[in-house]
Amino acid sequence: MSDRTNPETTRVAPPVEVHEVEEHKLGFIRRWIFSLDHKVIGLQYMFTALFFLFAGFCMILIMRWQLAFPGKVIPLIGRWLPEAMASGGILLPEGYNMLGAMHGTIMVFLGIVPLGVGFYGNYIVPLQIGARDMAFPRWNMLSYWIYFVGGVLMLSSFLLPGGPAQSGWTSYPPLSIIATSGQTVWLVAMIFIITSSLLGSINFITTILNLRAAGLTLMRMPIFVWTQFVTAVLLLLAFPPLEIAAIFQLMDRLAGTSFYLPAGLIISDQILEVSGGGLAILWQHLFWFLAHPEVYVLLLPAMGIVCEIIANGTRKPLFGYKELVGSFIFLGVMSFLVWAHHMFLTGMKPALSNFFLITTLIISIPSVMILTCLLWSLKGGSIRFTVPMMFSLAFLPLFGIGGLTGLPLGVHVTDIYLHDTYYVIGHFHYVVVTGSLIALMGGIYFWFPKMFGKMMNSTWGKVHFWLTLIGMNGVFFPMFIQGLAGVQRRLYDPTVQVHNVMVQPLNVVSTVSSWILLLAQIPFILNFFISLFWGKKAKENPWEATTLEWACPSPPPHGNFAKDPVVYRGPYEYSVPGHKTDWFPQNEPDAESST
Amino acid sequence: MDTTGNYGWWLPVQASSYAQTIDTGINVIQFAMLLMFVLWGIFFTWCLFRFRARTARRAVYKEPAHWKSWIPDGLVLAFEILLIALYGIPVWSRIMQTLPNEKDANVVRVVAEQFAWNVHYPGPDGQFGNTELSLISKSNRLGLDRTDPKGKDDIVLWNQMFLPLGKPTILHLTSKDVIHSFFVPAFRMKQDMVPGLVIQRWVEPTRVGKYEIGCAQLCGLGHYKMRGDVFVQTQEEFDRWLVEKSREQREEREE
Repeated sequence: MSDRTNPETTRVAPPVEVHEVEEHKLGFIRRWIFSLDHKVIGLQYMFTALFFLFAGFCMILIMRWQLAFPGKVIPLIGRWLPEAMASGGILLPEGYNMLGAMHGTIMVFLGIVPLGVGFYGNYIVPLQIGARDMAFPRWNMLSYWIYFVGGVLMLSSFLLPGGPAQSGWTSYPPLSIIATSGQTVWLVAMIFIITSSLLGSINFITTILNLRAAGLTLMRMPIFVWTQFVTAVLLLLAFPPLEIAAIFQLMDRLAGTSFYLPAGLIISDQILEVSGGGLAILWQHLFWFLAHPEVYVLLLPAMGIVCEIIANGTRKPLFGYKELVGSFIFLGVMSFLVWAHHMFLTGMKPALSNFFLITTLIISIPSVMILTCLLWSLKGGSIRFTVPMMFSLAFLPLFGIGGLTGLPLGVHVTDIYLHDTYYVIGHFHYVVVTGSLIALMGGIYFWFPKMFGKMMNSTWGKVHFWLTLIGMNGVFFPMFIQGLAGVQRRLYDPTVQVHNVMVQPLNVVSTVSSWILLLAQIPFILNFFISLFWGKKAKENPWEATTLEWACPSPPPHGNFAKDPVVYRGPYEYSVPGHKTDWFPQNEPDAESST
Repeated sequence: MDTTGNYGWWLPVQASSYAQTIDTGINVIQFAMLLMFVLWGIFFTWCLFRFRARTARRAVYKEPAHWKSWIPDGLVLAFEILLIALYGIPVWSRIMQTLPNEKDANVVRVVAEQFAWNVHYPGPDGQFGNTELSLISKSNRLGLDRTDPKGKDDIVLWNQMFLPLGKPTILHLTSKDVIHSFFVPAFRMKQDMVPGLVIQRWVEPTRVGKYEIGCAQLCGLGHYKMRGDVFVQTQEEFDRWLVEKSREQREEREE
């Protein structure tokens, strides 16, 4: 795509007729609940996803208590847990497995993805491309409500007599097929969540391709929009196999099929009556065919946010815009070719593993390139240490740890030992928590003035930042050492096996750090709501940013832009020599140039 | 026997012929990671300090493309190519893609179930007895056919495995119910056990002692306590044990 400068020739689509409804005419329900406005839907996603993140975090707090102090009564809430999960305030293995499965599922599918894609994508993308709304507002609303139903179903499975699913977020058969009815609810809820993501992804692709403002060529799009675009393509291509896989598993449970069940299974000394012929690891192939691209779905929006904030905080254009875009696309394509590196030890033909070793190491290269570009962007900058910038800067080294520790897991030989140990847990939590989540938190500080027209308090933001940083590292770093010592994942009581006993004190370190992490969120939650109601009024462009979302009022009205914006330049024109301010917005006409 | 000394705050004791190779890989990769992280970290910290916002200075508008910005990418790429070519593929081929000759090896079947390992030896005759699904019961967990002459001298153990020192053992790994994973940290050996598949792996113990077997794949409520022990003995001790155990179990069965 050439960098054309005449805005009139680059209008990619005629202006779309957005339901021009006057805001005051809408009742409360149409405005705040069944809204068609991308911003309201975005906020609905945000509040729902933050709620689920908190719920998933509370679940892991209970599990972490058991890991650090196995068999001890859980303080405060132990007595209140349902009987299926705990007895006399002590967590049962059933309870541990339920919380484990639900923690993973909720954090990934109901927390991070809806926050990164549902919230940020919905709220920011149309604003950054100068659109009045998403391409399909009704689908957008439908997508949120399907997600909501899926989430409610998932949580409601705690009310079942046998409790929720307990076969891990990966739900490997045959275990998941012989499991209690919670697994059925898990599968049905997953089908809802997948459907919601599919609808959303089509909407994003269409919106980004068709509704860009005049002059906003693809290579002038903010990196954040690029990452959302790649993410949407990943969701669209990766989720259908899981949807099918989930339906197969549902059929195996309910209709007596045996997609995943071989003949001759003996469960508790009884022959399981199935027709057989199924293959247990078929599920793993289908699951990881989704779940590896899913890792990038978790990561790309967060990286996009980091790119936006770093360009803004360093006051200079990002280093290597084209390299970044190319890397993101390459990551997206390659993410479909690495899934079986989760399966080196499943009995898959060993020679195949070499293929996945090579693709896995290839996919590390664009990640290194992205990180290098971001680090190089700091050079020559005039770095403002604002709260969102601090979160984004922290992303760099911490995501670095997450990425680098993927190396000994991606190399099949060393994975023989490290597979299914805490090393894996440490690795992906560094990627998703100290990587994605920390960037998503920073994004809230960054776009809060856009969403609510108020500033968040920066002192409390810094308190939140530092405590979160300490808490997260304290929780996850010890896991690498546990993994090297051979501690397996998903153990209800890690002290039963001799080889895990020596490193048991590290579990205490992790658990205590998780309490710090919990405390660290209090200033955030208070800051959020206090600023929302009584915060300092934000200036129109408080971060002195260049992208289009700052070219409309805060919060933007229904329809966003009073007049369709026109784009004259790339997204990160900071510190342009000769320009009066050190930022040059995309929509500000050139003083001397007439075309 | 106290075996806690075998395990610590880093990799456990090395007790198989490929343990050292795997450890070398883990340590080299981790050292490379650390180096990369430190180099990035120095550059990062320097930038944060050197380019912090000060009133009198504007940022540089365009940092020109510079070959130096490709250093990290190039270093990682070069390291990974070497890693694949000199380490990954050849070592994988030796550990996972080749099996020792059955004649020169000790052969053991391991059948996992919730939440234990059944270890089946062919006995002194070197031939496994037939097993039948329909014969499986509380007292005959493998469904061993007692009328089969080949099975008369077979040994069946529960969460215990005896292996000879310095001789490769071929393990036939499978599962009765759900997916388990056979993990012996001291051997640096791990393999999923998938119902419906029989997966063959080999290991050659190089150190006498008792080592833990743990399950590494979530297999249900008892996953955490699914454990067993491998006893590595010298060849003579092992041969003696095999004959004695075989006779002992045969007598028990005939009673």
